[in-house]
Amino acid sequence: MPDFIAEWLNQNEIFTAMTIMEYWDGMVTTLHLVFLSLVIGLLVAVPLAILRTVRNPFVSGPVWLYTYLFRGTPLLIQLYIIYYGLAQIEGIQETFWWEIFREPFYPALLAFTLNTAAYTTEIIRGAIVSTPNGEIEAAKAYGMNWFMRMRRIVLPSAARRAVQAYSNEVIFMLHASAIASVVTIVDLTGAARNIYSRFYAPFDAFIFVALCYMALTFILVFAFRKLENHLLKHQRPVNG
Amino acid sequence: MKKMIFAASCALALIAGGAQAQERDLRIAFDVPYEPFEYKDENGELTGFEVELAEAMCEEMNANCEFVIQAWDGMIPGLLARKFDLIMSSMSITPERAERVLFSEPYYNTPGGWFGPESFNTDVTDMDAMKGKTVGVQRGTTMDTYVTENMGGVVTIKRYTTADDMVLDLEGQRLDVVFVDYPVGEQTVLSKEGFKEVGEPVKLGEGVGVAMRQRDTELAEEVNAALRTLKEDGTYDTIMQKYFAYDIKM
Repeated sequence: MPDFIAEWLNQNEIFTAMTIMEYWDGMVTTLHLVFLSLVIGLLVAVPLAILRTVRNPFVSGPVWLYTYLFRGTPLLIQLYIIYYGLAQIEGIQETFWWEIFREPFYPALLAFTLNTAAYTTEIIRGAIVSTPNGEIEAAKAYGMNWFMRMRRIVLPSAARRAVQAYSNEVIFMLHASAIASVVTIVDLTGAARNIYSRFYAPFDAFIFVALCYMALTFILVFAFRKLENHLLKHQRPVNG
Repeated sequence: MKKMIFAASCALALIAGGAQAQERDLRIAFDVPYEPFEYKDENGELTGFEVELAEAMCEEMNANCEFVIQAWDGMIPGLLARKFDLIMSSMSITPERAERVLFSEPYYNTPGGWFGPESFNTDVTDMDAMKGKTVGVQRGTTMDTYVTENMGGVVTIKRYTTADDMVLDLEGQRLDVVFVDYPVGEQTVLSKEGFKEVGEPVKLGEGVGVAMRQRDTELAEEVNAALRTLKEDGTYDTIMQKYFAYDIKM
């Protein structure tokens, strides 16, 4: 370790082993929350996106309304409504639901999942709708039924078109998760807020946490670039 | 020109300072309203615990006092700019402030209070009984520090930015008990049905002091002497009992 870093680490009062552990625990909570909401959100979004492309308005209408509501309101408000709203329901404290929603983690997970699922639904829908007609006509000519067309032709090509937009959604979700700290979850931002208020050192506490988010974002960007390279291999020039 | 203004203001400051030493004209700043410490009554008269204490203090010091109303943000700058000489507006003594102003000895300290639902019957000082309970505090307050240091491994601590959010979670039964600045708890928790005080108030922090300019060390000595007399001769207690049902004396 370079001398000046070692010296700085010895001199500073804020970044002791204890506070570094608090940041670490916060990072684990953030990743836990973001990972789960993204995975569940994606699993929900694929069928919803397919329903959203169906011509029958009684099928696509409710999905449209859902994405409209969740994309039309701030995530912070959604979190407030779910976290504080649920606690106001008469008698909920006596039901088994309260075991789940008493802790701030699950209301936050629910809000984040519903939010990211709404955005992801629209991303995938866009990709499905823009499938070239020729591909679908060719599939029909081969005698594929709707289900097989979806599985073999539409969804794989839609996934390739959606991956770039989806990588943005993942990064936005990581950053949006910072608001979990307003409902007492000690995520990365929550840890930074606690440390800030203990030492009255806003710059140190928040610049450090900003660097943590940047490092996480960098890893995500790198991973998605690998994924894109893999999925879009066929578009690269030969010998390129 | 700038130099002349500077020289003139220095001279003025000297004259003002000299006059103050002889006739003891003191200007005291309050930020109103902050009930019950300083506020205006129905007739528009300035009153409250700190206002009455200031009046008694001025009498004790044989000073001719003028009360100035100043918004909180401009308190310390106004003091340093000589718009007034003393701040008696519930300013807690902190190391950060002590670098810019001179504090008297503390003259009051509101305790932290334990508040919870009627059904809460645990002794908050009994660490075995408190094990696993969820305690709400306001982030960065002296109450937060106290719970973190004394009950850190025992209870689950939830930290809130505002007292309102914390009380919502107490009502929603996400918190078993909250530990807040007593007057705040009195206003926000006790005013609701089904809640009560669940433990003895705890005195925390260094308390509230009179703030003066760093150079006014002689004035600070006189203030300290006057406050000490008031605390001893019972005047302080009489005023305190008028406004508070609990002890805030320091």
